[in-house]
Amino acid sequence: MNKIWILVTKEARDGFRNRWVIMITLVMTVLSLGISVLGSTPTGTTSVSPLAVTVVSLSSLSIFFIPLIALLLAYDSVVGEAERGTLTLLLTHPISRTQVILGKFIGHLFLLTIAIVIGYGVAGLAVSFSAEEGFAVQEWNSFLKLLLSSVLLGAVFLSIGYVISSAARERAVAAAVAIGIWLVFVLLYDMGLLALLASDGGHVINGSVVKWLMLFNPTDSYRMYNLTSSNDTALLSGMAWLSAANRVSGMSLILILVLWIIAPLTAACAVFKRRQL
Amino acid sequence: MNSDSNIVLTSLSKKYGNIKAVDAIDLTVQAGECFALVGHNGAGKSTLIKMVLGLTPPGGGQVRVMGQDPLSPAFNRMRRNIGFLPEQVLFQNNMTGRETLEFYTRLKGASCNGIDDLFRQVDLLAAANNRISTYSKGMRQRLGLAQALIGKPALLILDEPTSGLDPASRRNVYALLNERKLAGATILISSHALTELDDRIDRVAILNRGKLAALGSIAALCRNMGLPSEIKIYAPAESLHVVAQHFKDSSFTDGAGQISCATYNKVVFLTKLMALNIPLADIEVKDPSLEQVFLAYTGIRGKADE
Repeated sequence: MNKIWILVTKEARDGFRNRWVIMITLVMTVLSLGISVLGSTPTGTTSVSPLAVTVVSLSSLSIFFIPLIALLLAYDSVVGEAERGTLTLLLTHPISRTQVILGKFIGHLFLLTIAIVIGYGVAGLAVSFSAEEGFAVQEWNSFLKLLLSSVLLGAVFLSIGYVISSAARERAVAAAVAIGIWLVFVLLYDMGLLALLASDGGHVINGSVVKWLMLFNPTDSYRMYNLTSSNDTALLSGMAWLSAANRVSGMSLILILVLWIIAPLTAACAVFKRRQL
Repeated sequence: MNSDSNIVLTSLSKKYGNIKAVDAIDLTVQAGECFALVGHNGAGKSTLIKMVLGLTPPGGGQVRVMGQDPLSPAFNRMRRNIGFLPEQVLFQNNMTGRETLEFYTRLKGASCNGIDDLFRQVDLLAAANNRISTYSKGMRQRLGLAQALIGKPALLILDEPTSGLDPASRRNVYALLNERKLAGATILISSHALTELDDRIDRVAILNRGKLAALGSIAALCRNMGLPSEIKIYAPAESLHVVAQHFKDSSFTDGAGQISCATYNKVVFLTKLMALNIPLADIEVKDPSLEQVFLAYTGIRGKADE
């Protein structure tokens, strides 16, 4: 445990040292502020909480942005150290390969959490303070759920990134695969699903098949979780039409995300153990 | 504590694709010995070291380090007693030298109090708090060496520690290693040339294409190879003519004669030459250089393989 902690502190310090945290936090803040301000303009007179609007907008931003920065953070972690020669050195120390992966994971997740909490927190606070209804009556519950699930989404793609990084022999290959994974989970999967639905016309593929297909993609689980996290967000995102039978409970969606963290992380440890230096 | 800080390799092999990187090597490094692996690039030195450190599983044969299999989980605890300097390590540029050493010291579970001493030993104390991006190549190499010396390890493994260093720094490296040796440590270093080595090395193993080409002290290797000494004589033409009549294996050019002579026979040869009592301008005696010995060992074995 102590060894993992040594790695966590090193990764965290690296993140601050090379200004990664500051840059990502800034980008997240600017993007989320921009999206929130734009998103809340037309809702001035509706009964919907402005913060709920922000949650819906921010979750759309997260789906693109968080997997990308998580993969960027993770793809280099093993293969980059291998190329610099520090990996052989690290592994001759009394530390196991599982501890190396876990240490990097916790350190990176800490950095990602800072960026998400600050970036989205600023947007959330700004929207709540400028709202007419007042600070306290906002959809804070949904907002907290957004923060939690965003951190989980980041953790999912960090874990996937370690699998890529542990398996790749070269950094360039790892980067290419990471971008491919991002494209598949964030864009292509949903596009394929949509194409499938359109071509089928609703004959064979019914709502429950689509639901199950969506559960296989962690970004879709994340989307479902946030868009149905309250009646307001469901209404806003058009998810309110979902029949009770086709709704997946929030707990199950969180569980799916957690599984999407544990499975790749386990795979990353297994692949890393077999890696020859 | 050093009675078991040794390395035993039995018919150790490793293949990468069709290439035998390490081919059936039997070798024992005794506790307290300073041992060198020498070979061209790609001779199998680094692969052998990786197997000794348990970074790569052997393709065949067995490795025992301090009596243990380096791949066994129990070996993890022994790693604090091993200092390692990888070939060409690039430490993180955005960390200071001190932060780097502190990181590895903590991983080893050693005390951070000794860090200033380590910096002093490798002459880096003044630059300890500077970022590594400001270090020169030699400074980085010395930082790597300081890293290997953390916690006064019983076994030191250094992959090409003197490559890229000037002669003064190289002497300094050997002085440091000698200090550790006197304290009882076992030392295994690798090098791409015999000339990089120092007299303080006890034994040398010459590797060629994964095979053990020679094993012994530097002096023994030179003797066993049986390379002749070259004796060059500068003298007037009449004198050279006399020399040519008395000695076989000689070749002559204008004003100089060159004669090959077994190294152990030099004195006998020179006595005979003096007994001729002829006018000579100068005599030059050249023993085979380490480089020549090395090339002879790797060259002969290399041809025999084909």
